Amino acid sequence: MDHDHYSDAYIRSILTSVKTIAMVGASPLNVRPSYFAFKYLAERGYDMIPVNPGQVGKSLLGKPFVASLSEIGRPVDMVEIFRSAQYAPALVEEALALTPQPKVIWMQLGVRHDEAGARAEAAGLKVVMNRCPKIEYGRLSSEISWMGVNSRTLSSKRPPMPTHGMRLSLSRQSVGGAETPAADRAARTHEH
Amino acid sequence: MTERTPGFATLAVHAGAQPDPTTGARATPIYQTTSFVFNDADHAAALFGLQTFGNIYTRIGNPTQAVLEERVAALEGGTAALAVASGHAAQVIAFHNLLTPGDEFVAARKLYGGSINQFSHAYKNFGWNVVWADPDDISTFRKAITPKTKAIFIESIANPGGSITDIEAIAAVAREAGVPLIVDNTLASPYLLRPIDHGADIVLHSLTKFLGGHGNSIGGIIVDAGTFDWSKTDRYPMLSAPRPEYHGIKLHETFGNFAFAIAARVLGLRDLGPAISPFNAFQILTGIETLGLRMQKHSDNSKAVAEWLESHPAVAWVNYAGLPSNKYYALARKYTPKGAGAVFTFGVRGGYDAGVKLVSNVKLFSHLANIGDTRSLIIHPASTTHSQLDDEQKTKAGAGPEVVRLSIGIEDKDDLIADLDQALRA
Ligand SMILES: Cc1ncc(COP(=O)(O)O)c(C=O)c1O
Repeated sequence: MDHDHYSDAYIRSILTSVKTIAMVGASPLNVRPSYFAFKYLAERGYDMIPVNPGQVGKSLLGKPFVASLSEIGRPVDMVEIFRSAQYAPALVEEALALTPQPKVIWMQLGVRHDEAGARAEAAGLKVVMNRCPKIEYGRLSSEISWMGVNSRTLSSKRPPMPTHGMRLSLSRQSVGGAETPAADRAARTHEH
Repeated sequence: MTERTPGFATLAVHAGAQPDPTTGARATPIYQTTSFVFNDADHAAALFGLQTFGNIYTRIGNPTQAVLEERVAALEGGTAALAVASGHAAQVIAFHNLLTPGDEFVAARKLYGGSINQFSHAYKNFGWNVVWADPDDISTFRKAITPKTKAIFIESIANPGGSITDIEAIAAVAREAGVPLIVDNTLASPYLLRPIDHGADIVLHSLTKFLGGHGNSIGGIIVDAGTFDWSKTDRYPMLSAPRPEYHGIKLHETFGNFAFAIAARVLGLRDLGPAISPFNAFQILTGIETLGLRMQKHSDNSKAVAEWLESHPAVAWVNYAGLPSNKYYALARKYTPKGAGAVFTFGVRGGYDAGVKLVSNVKLFSHLANIGDTRSLIIHPASTTHSQLDDEQKTKAGAGPEVVRLSIGIEDKDDLIADLDQALRA
């Protein structure tokens, strides 16, 4: 797997197949990127689970925080790592120890750990690094176009009116080889 | 599913636009409204907090404008764009993302005169200091860089002379200095030249010119290439630091490789206010659908007119980069292989009086101070745009007494040549 470039087909296959997402490092602070992504994905119909040991006893948008992946107590399809890259190896091990195992490890925009990614792939999981699922969902559905962002997709179909909790179609035509090299040229390594 | 890359013409027609969800309208509707209803208080808060995608108020964004933005971003190969009220507004908003009082930027000396005015005078009031460099001598850019430099600004094809800038050489200077390269691509349009492919970090346009293309609407746009790492240093706090305007959001961290365009909208446009009207956005969007067809015709006509002028006895010289005799011909072959654009100058024998006579004798060319219209345009800078300067200043600015500037339209070239011929003879 080339982790510098992901095809839209690969990202699309993940976002259309997963239903339950555990977000490790979800923040209750409403100016943090994790809060933005959590809220958006919940609005788009994903079953979101906030994981953050410092927030146990509280909840995020109605979902109770859990301390760790092993304490979720039900199957999750995808683990999203919203922590800095140094925590990725331990989190991948924790995810691989779950039964059933999740199908996807997703590391947030700015987070990349090639060894941890390779470990998850060797165990048969799909891996995405240094991408934001909110941005990718918004891009493939073209909802992000409201902000003047280049979705790099085209469609001649009439879309439905998006309403709260609605899943959007991600099957628009991709443009430009469907790669995101620019994200990597500007990839950041600082802490989340 | 195979993922193929649509061509320029397909993107020019389709990028950013889809049938309207409510009505099924296929052409992009003109959303002539100031404001947009919120679903509920939570939705409103999410929109104001930048947590969700959507519309609030047309000073910040509008659905017609958003289609225009995505389309130009797609044509330029950028990650996102922000459309504003004029090309000049695009410049102010772009620099507002980068500069604080006391900062400097380096700009090519060969620029649209209005940009020279904006940089030399209006920016002084903000404490933004321009340092000039010569695009024909790249070393002058390197020498102009100081610890206060925050950006480099050039035009891809310079107005009015039509000279071609060596973007890659200047991009290398910008990279070395760790500052973004801003390229005004107004005269080339993305059909002839895509600055991002040559190392630009930000691309600007006066949409008023070839993109709109019909001389009917003023507009401007800022395209984010997504290439610059705003968080590598603390020199670009609008992008890397927690913003007090939004309770401490860091825009680069949150929006990644389109943070510059978002900052331009939510900090620049929101607070400074030069919004494009939805009607103008619609007109420009319609113009862009035929950009490739028009730009090729503009360029082909220009080459034919320039060649004809070069052999005319009443013409002293022709400065068109598409002519083998021109000093920029090699750069034109490299950067604009499909054509060297449609704006160029020539000198009439007989100086000032001959220039004045020519512009009053034309019957098809319009005597006015714009470029990039379907119609062919002519101006005699010495008696109009540059009339306040003395002769020496005029010559230095490339607006000597004999200089005439053309912006060649998409009419039949033989009619353009016939009109210039009768006007030069009269
Ligand atoms: C190269 C260039 N940049 C910027 C501008 C300014 O654009 P506007 O008139 O849309 O403000 C112009 C206008 O002539 C131009 O030619």
